Amino acid sequence: MTWETVIGLETHVQLRTRSKMFCGCSTAFGAPPNTQVCPVCLGLPGALPVANGAAIGLAVRGALALGCTVHPRSIFARKNYFYPDLPKGYQISQFDQPLATNGTLSFLSPERGVVNATIVRLHIEEDAGKSIHDRFAKATAVDLNRSGVPLIEIVGGPDLRSPAEARAYLQTLKQLLEYIGISDCDMEKGSLRVDANVSIRRAGETALNTRTEVKNINAFSFVEKALSVERDRQIALVESGGSVTQQTMLYDSKENTVRPQRSKEESHDYRYFPEPDLPPLVLSPEFVAEQQSELPELPAAKRDRFVASYALSREHATVVTSNRAVAEYYEGVVRAGAEPQAAANWVMTEALADAKDHQEQLRVTPDALAKIVALVKGGTLSNQAAKRVFAEVAAKGGDPRTIAESLGVIQVADTNVVAGWVTDVLGAHASEVGRYKNGETKLMSFFVGQVMRASKGKADPKLAQRVLEEKLAS
Amino acid sequence: MSDAKAVADRLAKAKRLNALLTPLKDLRKSLAAQSAAARPTGVLYGMPVVAKDNICTLEFTTSCGSRILEGYRSPYDATAIAKLKAAGALIAGKTNCDEFAMGSSTEHSAYGRVLHPLDKARVPGGSSGGSAALVAAGAVPAALGSETGGSVRQPASFCGVVGIKPTYGRVSRYGLVAFGSSLDQIGVFGRSVHDAARVLSVISGRDPRDATCEDRDPLRLPTVPESLQGFVVGLPREYFPPELDPAVRRACERAIRLMKEQGAAVREVSLPHTAYAVPTYYVIAPAEASSNLARFDGVRYGPRFNGSADVRALYRSTRGQGFGPEVRRRILVGTYVLSSGYYDAYYRRAQQMRALIAQDFRNVFDRGVDLLFTPTTPTPAFKAGEKLGDPISMYLSDIFTVTANLAGLPAMSIPIGRVKGLPIGGQFIGQAFLEDEMLEAAYALERVVPAEDEAS
Repeated sequence: MTWETVIGLETHVQLRTRSKMFCGCSTAFGAPPNTQVCPVCLGLPGALPVANGAAIGLAVRGALALGCTVHPRSIFARKNYFYPDLPKGYQISQFDQPLATNGTLSFLSPERGVVNATIVRLHIEEDAGKSIHDRFAKATAVDLNRSGVPLIEIVGGPDLRSPAEARAYLQTLKQLLEYIGISDCDMEKGSLRVDANVSIRRAGETALNTRTEVKNINAFSFVEKALSVERDRQIALVESGGSVTQQTMLYDSKENTVRPQRSKEESHDYRYFPEPDLPPLVLSPEFVAEQQSELPELPAAKRDRFVASYALSREHATVVTSNRAVAEYYEGVVRAGAEPQAAANWVMTEALADAKDHQEQLRVTPDALAKIVALVKGGTLSNQAAKRVFAEVAAKGGDPRTIAESLGVIQVADTNVVAGWVTDVLGAHASEVGRYKNGETKLMSFFVGQVMRASKGKADPKLAQRVLEEKLAS
Repeated sequence: MSDAKAVADRLAKAKRLNALLTPLKDLRKSLAAQSAAARPTGVLYGMPVVAKDNICTLEFTTSCGSRILEGYRSPYDATAIAKLKAAGALIAGKTNCDEFAMGSSTEHSAYGRVLHPLDKARVPGGSSGGSAALVAAGAVPAALGSETGGSVRQPASFCGVVGIKPTYGRVSRYGLVAFGSSLDQIGVFGRSVHDAARVLSVISGRDPRDATCEDRDPLRLPTVPESLQGFVVGLPREYFPPELDPAVRRACERAIRLMKEQGAAVREVSLPHTAYAVPTYYVIAPAEASSNLARFDGVRYGPRFNGSADVRALYRSTRGQGFGPEVRRRILVGTYVLSSGYYDAYYRRAQQMRALIAQDFRNVFDRGVDLLFTPTTPTPAFKAGEKLGDPISMYLSDIFTVTANLAGLPAMSIPIGRVKGLPIGGQFIGQAFLEDEMLEAAYALERVVPAEDEAS
């Protein structure tokens, strides 16, 4: 029996604002508990919310970047439930008239190629506080610093077909939101949170079956694991004659298992109704246009442009545009005169590897990298030598040619010098010479490698091959 | 300007009314400090003003007449309080009220009922009964109350003082403990139209802390008009039903005659959806209240009842014992009407009806009527205990007042006569943000109406 998995993600994203959604308190992460609070976010008697215009602007940018219809009029609503870290006894959210609906997120599925996933809706809400169960024995501590922090909830359609695909969707969404600068999307700090609706059906079926909601996926690396565990649980259940019941499953990353949330913790009737303390959120066309103008070129558009302008493969263009800073860096290298494909190769390998080891800092300036690329192209540096120069420039800065000279790695194009290395290599590998002469010509690359080694990377490999061919032919 | 001691002495004399919740010792101390700090240039310099116990003040506790907030001290002043202080007024204590402003008699207070200043067997009205009683007793010239469905006008009428509910959005609600957020407004009581109006003027105006408060300058006080020439006063026939108390009817008729004599044109009008106002109100107000009162859970402030072993048990005991029966009743009603499956039948329909009620008023005002005149309440002050066992009959005492809250319009009650010594109030309902016109008419009527006389 072949099963198809159907997944839809609900993603909560913290907006990058200085102050909270409905008051002026700071949103900075990591402050001592209950130090960033005021009567409004503490829910004290008599306090009233006032919407944060900056947060609304960022939410609109997010909606536009996802191709959503941004509604000129939306309504804040109260979602009512009791919980100790929810100080008002309700969360201000949006319900039947959200900020934006009907967008698309286009991403590369590892199984199906490009997938256009539906974004059902995007709405603004405030965060709750944080309950800390392990700080005191027999007591729960509540930190309300996070209470009232601005969030958007992005509800994706049931368009994902595997845990790996869900991961790719989330990766692309995260990349997009980071790109447009509306969130730092840091799952460890809780600024990106994801819940997943999961169901299974037999291959070929089109109707949706009963789903469960998987919660508590609190790191990026758990997305695929948690969803696989839940999918496998559902398949095993159905294959053994059972049926899936609609419930919330909590993922336990230590055990890599899911367990149902106790029924007492769920089945809320949230009693949504329009928030009477806030007037309808009315957005003028000018405001929306202003937010649109604040959007940078989006990753997909940038990728397509890189394919068209720089003749990169789609795969290479995807890597180079995966991050806004990297894409801008790449274009800087090309602008500084580097050949586009060579520049892409350098950015994808050396530059990204170096950045990974150094707090994501791209340490070699675009100009310097362009010079290194040019030195390779002009035959002054071998690839191997260029990597050493790159590492040196990354660590200390400076002009690549000067550094190459001081490292003594300028490629030797003097035939006599190269011939000396060639003679040494052939002398040291008599048996290989014999085999080559007997027709094993693929050993040429071995000889070139040995010459490069003997010259400590300084020999011009093309010249070395020519000299080798001459000597071996004689 | 009254000095702090004299203010406290006058309030001490009214102690028997149980209208003031602030202990006199605390009051004297605070008044002395406030008096020393008050700005002599303020337009209300030295004027003592008491505030209903659901308006947050730094000085005194803010308990909302409830056990669940017993001893609660707000860390901030309501905007209206801050504005009064800035104008030099003295906050002369907090007044008893129906718990969380839910009631029409001030019998639903956890701190005991307030006595009517003229007849201790009767109620002063509510929910702002403490404020009304203290103004009526001459203890203070003015007081703050709050309205959700008539909680200023009804007790003003019962106690024989002036009570004004401004247009929704005229006065900031920041620091008013919410009951029905879309209906709530802080209102004022005064011994005269002028006393009430000048306090209203000070507390009105924009507030960046309240998104529902209009971005407008403070209300400008009108001058007392020479006559009512040019005023068209509408008399909605639904507010003069056949079963109206005859004394109330006589007092209204006399007031109407006096307005005509001053040059007003009087016209009978109709507000056809009036009959639905009370049921509409008793869906919307409890719905909002059920959510607004969710924060009182014993977790962060206020007393906890019977331990806290389990958080659900904490909620149950705190809310079960902290709230009185009327508050619990309304929370249950409100929770019910917002529940999935019932929302459309109750809450949504009530909102639709509310829109029709507001449209009734616009229709009348669009046809040349400047303001409306009605009785404030169907009867004078009733006896304590008379309606306690019958919530519906209690709710119906707001029948003429809830419409202005539903429509967001300014309205006020002024004394227009007495029956067997008990005051009768007449109500003006004005157009949105045209409090000045309403006040002009009230000034003119106040000048000529024999408010202390038996209606005949």
